[in-house]
Amino acid sequence: MRLRDILGFALQALASHRSRTWLTLLAVGLGTAAVVLLSALGEGARAYVENEFANLGTHLIIVFPGRNETTGGPPPLLGETARDLTLDDALAMARARGVARLAPLTVGSAPVAAGSLEREVNVIGATAEFMQVRRLELAQGRFLPPGDPSRGRGVAVLGQTLAKELFGHRQAVGEWVRIGQRRFRVIGILASSGQSLGDTLDDLAIIPVASAQALFNSPGLFRILVEARDREALSGAEAAIKDIVRARHEGEDDVTVITQDSMLATFDKILEALTLAVAGIGAISLAVAGVLIMNVMLVSVAQRTAEVGLLKALGAAQGQVAALFLAEALLLAGVGTVAGLAFAWASVGLFNDAVTAFQLVVPAWAPLAAAGVSLTAGLVFGLAPALHAARLDPVVALSGR
Amino acid sequence: MIVLAGIERRFLVGDQVVAALRGIDLTLADGEYVAVMGPSGSGKSTLLNILGLLDRPDAGTYALGGIETTTLSEERRAALRRDRIGFIFQSFHLIPRLTAAENVELPLTLAGVTPRERRERVAQTLDALGLTPRAHHRPDQLSGGQRQRVAIARATIMAPGLILADEPTGNLDRASGEEVIRALEGLNARGLTLILVTHDPQLGGRARRRIRMDDGAIAEDRCA
Repeated sequence: MRLRDILGFALQALASHRSRTWLTLLAVGLGTAAVVLLSALGEGARAYVENEFANLGTHLIIVFPGRNETTGGPPPLLGETARDLTLDDALAMARARGVARLAPLTVGSAPVAAGSLEREVNVIGATAEFMQVRRLELAQGRFLPPGDPSRGRGVAVLGQTLAKELFGHRQAVGEWVRIGQRRFRVIGILASSGQSLGDTLDDLAIIPVASAQALFNSPGLFRILVEARDREALSGAEAAIKDIVRARHEGEDDVTVITQDSMLATFDKILEALTLAVAGIGAISLAVAGVLIMNVMLVSVAQRTAEVGLLKALGAAQGQVAALFLAEALLLAGVGTVAGLAFAWASVGLFNDAVTAFQLVVPAWAPLAAAGVSLTAGLVFGLAPALHAARLDPVVALSGR
Repeated sequence: MIVLAGIERRFLVGDQVVAALRGIDLTLADGEYVAVMGPSGSGKSTLLNILGLLDRPDAGTYALGGIETTTLSEERRAALRRDRIGFIFQSFHLIPRLTAAENVELPLTLAGVTPRERRERVAQTLDALGLTPRAHHRPDQLSGGQRQRVAIARATIMAPGLILADEPTGNLDRASGEEVIRALEGLNARGLTLILVTHDPQLGGRARRRIRMDDGAIAEDRCA
């Protein structure tokens, strides 16, 4: 029997049970679409996080003072605190190989006042490089001027919200603010940054790092953001930074160095597992659709027992009878899959047009996996009814008993 | 040429073994017109199923056109059914979703004949039975007589040597029945072996050879 004839016969059989066929196709289609849409959701989340990290600056190395890792050896007799990470450490690191630029940071909370208005906000001590490292944008004015970072000048850059709350709609650039006991001239306003991994840059003030050290009366840095020259230079720069710290801190490894890559890799792993998990849930719904195919095919064989008997009387071999019923199951799975994929693609397109903040991303493997699971389910669950039909005794089948 | 020798067929009904056929010996020449008659349960349908290779005897041999069939695989028996035997059933057994032409075409499709040749042969066969105007009607749009003639067209499209008809007029009125019998006798006149199972004595009386069965055995075998 020709393949075209087998498919034609199966199609005619499916067409003669319209509602049963539509419902089965719906189940398979929904299962397929579920796999694709759920994995697109997971992959979209991954792309979103990756993009957020890229906003923070790529090839970033973050250096913290102190070390939160236990090492061997006897416990120290006296409490031993880690050495501070100082501005001089940062300046030494800036000359290390593979380092493009770095930004030493101090962070503290201080009252910022203009006239009679006062707000308690986070104050960041930084250098001119912070702007590039953190990919900041200015709405107005200038950022901190470059120059010797150990000289604290009386200038400040305000976040969008802070500027609005202190100055309203008045021009803020050029005005004076008081931070702690010192006066600073406002030289720039940050552009609204929106949310970046949960923290906003709108409600803060940025002042030169040396001024902040004086303000908070602490020589230690909160952390140093180091930007490597490129992705390849990352590990070299990381090693160089550790060497420098060890040399400057009398052989102690008393800083923690995290590369953005390793943080990204952790998120990546979590979100990939999440994507696979939700795709797996979708696949379960596809397997359920497979059970439905089996049910439909068993009903079909039961209703068409006499037809099976006739086919055998007309000379259909067991294999042919099995092929005819298997073709029905596979057509249900195949057509349902195609419809489900089309639906999923259309939905992803519509969603991505409507929502710009978050984009669904269909991973390449998702449609393949969905089609694979669906067709396998059709084959596995279609096989039993088809073999049942093939093994019917023609005499019994013809009598319809 | 059909040669049955020592055919036995037993069924298990509950825990009792019932002999449906006991020691049937029968030889039929090509082109014969045979009526098999007898009361219900006499074994005539079982005999027909064995002649049609739908059932296997428990003992004995059956040679169809010189081929010993009792030892053949199921695949080979299916191929023999397809190529050498045409079945006519009391209840027609047309596939309801297929048109008359598609029902007639089915044996050719199963045999893998090319679509072009199928179309030609279906058209010829339908024409010979006066069914051309009804070719694209479904069975539920045809009269009983037309349905049985479609079934005859289907039974003959593979040009078999043997036609097995089980009560072919059982579901038909007298006029349609007459039409169907004439069509079958026309096939016999062209040299096909025709075996007719019936319990209508008038119908059986038209056959040249009449076999009367009783309790699984041949009680009478007469030639007119």
